[in-house]
Amino acid sequence: MTASASLPTRLLPSASLGNGVSDRLRKKASRHVKERIIESLLFSAAAFSVFVTVAIVYVLVKESWVFFQVVPLSDFLFDTQWTPLFDDAHYGIMVLLSGTLTSSGVALLVAIPLGTIIAIYLSEFAGFKVREIAKPFLELLGGVPTIVYGYFALTFLTPILQKIYPDLPGFNLLSAGLVMGIMIIPYVASLSEDAMRAVPMALREGSYAMGATRLQTALWVVTPAATSGIASAYILGISRAVGETMILAVAAGMQPNLTFNPTEPGATITSYIVQVALGDLPHGSIGYQTIFAAGLTLLLMTLAFNLLGYWLRKRFREVY
Amino acid sequence: MQIPTGYEAGVEGAVLKADVRELDFYYGAFHALKRVSMPIHDHMVTSLIGPSGCGKSTLLRCFNRMHDLYPGNRYAGGGIVLYPDNTNLLDPGVDPIEVRMRISMVFQKPNPFPKSIYENVAYSLRVRGMRNKNELDDRVESALKGAALWNEVSNRLKELGANLSGGQQQRLCIARALASDPEIILFDEPTSALDPIATASIEELIIELKEKVTILIVTHNMQQAARISDFTAYMYLGEMVEFGVTDQLFIKPQKKATEDYITGRFG
Ligand SMILES: Nc1ncnc2c1ncn2[C@@H]1O[C@H](COP(=O)(O)OP(=O)(O)O)[C@@H](O)[C@H]1O
Ligand SMILES: [Mg+2]
Repeated sequence: MTASASLPTRLLPSASLGNGVSDRLRKKASRHVKERIIESLLFSAAAFSVFVTVAIVYVLVKESWVFFQVVPLSDFLFDTQWTPLFDDAHYGIMVLLSGTLTSSGVALLVAIPLGTIIAIYLSEFAGFKVREIAKPFLELLGGVPTIVYGYFALTFLTPILQKIYPDLPGFNLLSAGLVMGIMIIPYVASLSEDAMRAVPMALREGSYAMGATRLQTALWVVTPAATSGIASAYILGISRAVGETMILAVAAGMQPNLTFNPTEPGATITSYIVQVALGDLPHGSIGYQTIFAAGLTLLLMTLAFNLLGYWLRKRFREVY
Repeated sequence: MQIPTGYEAGVEGAVLKADVRELDFYYGAFHALKRVSMPIHDHMVTSLIGPSGCGKSTLLRCFNRMHDLYPGNRYAGGGIVLYPDNTNLLDPGVDPIEVRMRISMVFQKPNPFPKSIYENVAYSLRVRGMRNKNELDDRVESALKGAALWNEVSNRLKELGANLSGGQQQRLCIARALASDPEIILFDEPTSALDPIATASIEELIIELKEKVTILIVTHNMQQAARISDFTAYMYLGEMVEFGVTDQLFIKPQKKATEDYITGRFG
């Protein structure tokens, strides 16, 4: 440093001390560089996921735009037939939507009550041992590939249901929905249980000290205190149901059918998309473009549920 | 469980409400209460003092069988006799819920439920199966009045209990405990999380409450014990060192260990 040469000598640190200080400074600076590298890696990972999301949305919107140049939005929303592959083509998304809503409805009727009951049991009633055994099983249930569930619905559950209800067709939304519900139980149960276990012991003690029973404490204090977490669990369950593909493709028949009757066969948005994507429709044909419009619809639905979940979490934020 | 009979530390003129007799308690293998004996007098404030970790909360939580909630806890000998029934609260045949219906509790940190002010107070009535709206309204109002909170909250009973200030929350917890008309209320350091003004109002309230109910309070604050209690018990390392009328215990303790503690030479 040339500037230091003009400084009075008494202000200059002794040579050895000076080296020590600058060594330490250098070490610090190198640590800083390392941190900067790690930081930028983390940033790029985050940026990448944002980029992918934006890219997906861009593709969906762009391709859907092409679709809506040909098919008016009002037809898409209000037509009651979905026959894109016929000569007399109709593009009423509500046909697919009805399949999605019906199968999801059946699934949620199974998953939400059972998932919640399992969560309450595991969190508030089960002993340590039971919980340690039950949780891995539950997680295993969530890890089974959905194609297995699909065949389970088609080859096991449907025949059983046909014994009770002989008119039930071999492909139907009911069987697919029920099995989808079983598939979703672990998600609902596990997240709800986490939310309940996060409720502070002090609240439970307050309840017991007032003379409450275990069940009263679980239902009147713990569950309301965990509302936002439980709501998130439900929203995740709904998203899983709406987005599920294989079970429906295998067991529900893939016939577009405007119905809310679960005992009929039906196609959902997702099962329609796989059908077309795997089929031999030429890329760029209007029939092929339908899957982007359907995909965009699915994305908007999921987005709506996520926003609902976000709102619920804010609205019922736990204040302990 | 065998209970020793004839404990004679009672004070003349005062009526016994409960009697701890040679009580032993274990957390797993840890011997937390060692042959503890003490009387609790009806419509009086009794305070438990002693250094942190000496077993005050442990003793308090025996009274409402709070220890039953956790595995490994064990009442190992002696008992707590409740009068006038003359039954041992800790008897395995006694339902802890019955005990908690009669002996309520206020905790160290205010712990209102995530419910409205009204529902917080009504809780102890609802768990008893009370459904009649008018009766609930009346009981909630009188409990809130009893806890000196009614004037502050009467026009916002539907708001969340958690929206109140710390001192108000603690009075809400007192109202919750009062609503069911318990015979004894246990307080575990109820002011340790509060500022001095809120503390003063809770202390005042506790003194008023003894008209209605018997009070057992744990405090680590000797001045507080001196200000509000009629009787004081000094505990050390899980043992009952000395029990006496508050004024006498503070002015003329019988045991050297008590004197060392209250004069600040220890603890
Ligand atoms: N749940 C527990 N398990 C094991 N030991 C405990 C438990 N709770 C308290 N203890 C021990 O018991 C003793 C008395 O505790 P406590 O009654 O909380 O003391 P105090 O209220 O007088 O401060 C302490 O040594 C404490 O560490
Ligand atoms: Mg304590």
